[in-house]
Amino acid sequence: MIFALLATLVLTSAAGEILITHGMKRAGEIHDFRPRAFLAALWRAARGGWVPAGVVALAVSFFALMAALSAADASFVIPATAATYVLNTLGAGLFLKERVNATRWAGAVLVAAGVALVSL
Amino acid sequence: MKTKVSLAVIILTSAFGNVLLSKGMKQMGDISQLSPGEMLGAAIAALLNLWVAIGMVLLTIFFISFLATLSWADLSYVLPATAPSYLLVAALSHWLLGETVSPWRWLGTVLIVAGVALVARTEVRTTP
Repeated sequence: MIFALLATLVLTSAAGEILITHGMKRAGEIHDFRPRAFLAALWRAARGGWVPAGVVALAVSFFALMAALSAADASFVIPATAATYVLNTLGAGLFLKERVNATRWAGAVLVAAGVALVSL
Repeated sequence: MKTKVSLAVIILTSAFGNVLLSKGMKQMGDISQLSPGEMLGAAIAALLNLWVAIGMVLLTIFFISFLATLSWADLSYVLPATAPSYLLVAALSHWLLGETVSPWRWLGTVLIVAGVALVARTEVRTTP
């Protein structure tokens, strides 16, 4: 059961962040950071549907995290979330067409390893 | 320049937001053993705690900054670039919450810094 929860939280977290990124890129780069223009830009992104879908996925991930933490040690669950760094990088290359070179991969793997250890 | 500024905002607001949220929730006491209804009530009551409220404001700013940055930067750049917040959380947990920091945590710190340094050498955006 705990592994089903961990798989859910990692997969929905990655899916959510990829959906949000796609939505923000489609809405276009934000140049004007003054309050009204900035809020208008965020609203435009929300109307596209991708960002809200991503937020829902992140919410599911968060609840899976809470459930996992209620059932297992934090020092077991939190390092598992480091897997999201690798999964997100994979997804970014596959779905978002980002060019992930060897340097970026190496960096992501080191960060994932570091996050896993920092939680201990 | 705007990337550097937004990354700094993301790192600082997520780290301080999480630590202050934790500080406030610890003052509320353990709510994990309550029934779902009681837990929801306790979580709502927690919003009245000053630290929880400040933490939530900071975390909201964090999320908005995160969204804005993703409108121009690669996800595979932003995520590692914001990992220093884990280091800041470890340090702040020690200084503000009195938590102990194990040797594993310091080793993990070094790995994160190395990983971030590598990712920082790549392009912010690789898509058209």
